[in-house]
Amino acid sequence: MHAVVLLKQILDWELPPRKFRIDPATNCPPAGLAPKLLGPFEQNALELALQLKDAGVVTKVTALLGGGEAGVETLRKALSVHADEAVLVEYAADGPDDPSQTASVLARAIERLGSPELVLAGRQAGDWDYGQVGYLVAERLGRPAVGLVWRVEQGDGRLHVWRNGPGGTEKLAVRPPAVLTVTNHDSLQLRMSSVLDLMAANKKTIERWTTDDLGLGDAELEAARRLDFDRVWVPEVESVCEFVAGEDPAEVAAALVGRLVDLKMLGSAA
Amino acid sequence: MILAVTWDTGGLGRSGQEVLGAATTLATALGETVTLAALGHDAGATAAAAGAYGAGHAVAFDDVVEREAAVDALAELARELGARAVLLVDDERGGEIGPRLAQRLGGTAITHALALDVADSQPVWTRPVFGGKALAAVRTTAEPVVATLRQGAFVAAVSTNRTVEVETRAAPGAAAVVELLEVAPPAAGIAVGQAPVIVSGGRGLGEGESFGELEELAGLLGGAVGASLAAVDAGWAPADRQVGLTGKTVSPDLYFAFGISGASQHLAGIGGAKVVVAVNTDAEAPIFGRARLGVVMDCRKLLPALIEELRRRAAAQ
Repeated sequence: MHAVVLLKQILDWELPPRKFRIDPATNCPPAGLAPKLLGPFEQNALELALQLKDAGVVTKVTALLGGGEAGVETLRKALSVHADEAVLVEYAADGPDDPSQTASVLARAIERLGSPELVLAGRQAGDWDYGQVGYLVAERLGRPAVGLVWRVEQGDGRLHVWRNGPGGTEKLAVRPPAVLTVTNHDSLQLRMSSVLDLMAANKKTIERWTTDDLGLGDAELEAARRLDFDRVWVPEVESVCEFVAGEDPAEVAAALVGRLVDLKMLGSAA
Repeated sequence: MILAVTWDTGGLGRSGQEVLGAATTLATALGETVTLAALGHDAGATAAAAGAYGAGHAVAFDDVVEREAAVDALAELARELGARAVLLVDDERGGEIGPRLAQRLGGTAITHALALDVADSQPVWTRPVFGGKALAAVRTTAEPVVATLRQGAFVAAVSTNRTVEVETRAAPGAAAVVELLEVAPPAAGIAVGQAPVIVSGGRGLGEGESFGELEELAGLLGGAVGASLAAVDAGWAPADRQVGLTGKTVSPDLYFAFGISGASQHLAGIGGAKVVVAVNTDAEAPIFGRARLGVVMDCRKLLPALIEELRRRAAAQ
């Protein structure tokens, strides 16, 4: 089974809020505000694909990324942890990302890859936080989707998948072709690559496609957009924190409980 | 028509009331009416309860739990009603069904909605971006809009003595391509979603064992144990305890953050908490910007002292 992993490069999510800014002219963070990295849920999705390859469930892993030239770096990282192939779909859009537009590009690219049986996507990219692309791709390809997955095994001719449901973990069976969105789990931390792996990855070819190669003209791309932004802004947060201190932990604990009683958060006897 | 969707069982719960409240607001502004669709076990009772909360029409899809069937059923109903908007709860299920339904209907999905305005007869949605570091006000260019609403962000519909006639429908007879094999029994203890007090731990706890102390503290306070994404990633707490943009949204009266730095994506899950108590060794940690009470200290030192203090007070009663 061939698996394709949808990757995305996002602004460093650890950038502290006090350093975060939005340019009102573009409704986006100013260029160069922070480095762009492979998103955390995309890392989880890639790791899951690699584990399925280790287990023999998947025979080939293709990393697919839509975006600008900088995406090459992320695709090299995927190759360095032994993704078999990497494809960059070059397209640049002004303003905030639009999930419908992204899905229209990625669905075409997946078809051009020969419609791999398994599509893995991160549950949501930590920049625009839509959490839509995996599901929109599934609908465009006419496939079932299972969301928030963190474990997959070969079952009775089907895949057995474990996901986070509203009441806890759910185990399901799904017959590929299918789309899975992947969530964080301690078993899905992306593996490290060695220096040799990195050197080997630098020698590998990264396939480059344009949207024209996918049969998507500018008019079609523009028509795929669904969102119209009034504005994007950083909300002001006024801190009202009252610090509780004391000589030792026991004193701090007593003072803290006292303040919680004052605020009627605890009964006076509690 | 505005379609409100719920999976509440045997009556409308808080989140179902919030979805109906938002649907009613939108319907009033656009000159539309509201239909409630109830899915899942005992959907009939839930649909019947919707009349009191302002639904002019209610449809029950009894026992439609599986998501492929739910998307089929809701797409058919939305088309038939000519729905301009479909509103769902922003949880594990709504987050998957919302975008799929939008694509199926040729419309637009708005996920994690925090607020709704109407300008020029068009809904304008506010949603968090960049892990909650910023907010976006956004409109859609293709109807219907399918929006998933953050729990605790919208005003719940108020109960009246009105009633509604319930129309019961069978699920569309699609082949089950996804089969639910097992649902894990709910974890022990109070679920974070509805708890009045939440005691959460993060990376600053240093080790998974400290979650035992959080359990003890939560027990003394009649609350639930929560966790940050980092603590779940470390395997210290199960995913259903995770609070944040990609975990649960919570609105407790009292929220303790032990060793949680306060990444925006975590803060995005506790917007509705009344009083936040933060304990962290780093006085510059962003969590203190959201906290009402703060302690700059290693939480592993404070936890036993706090447990001891609460025990002492309980014994003195």
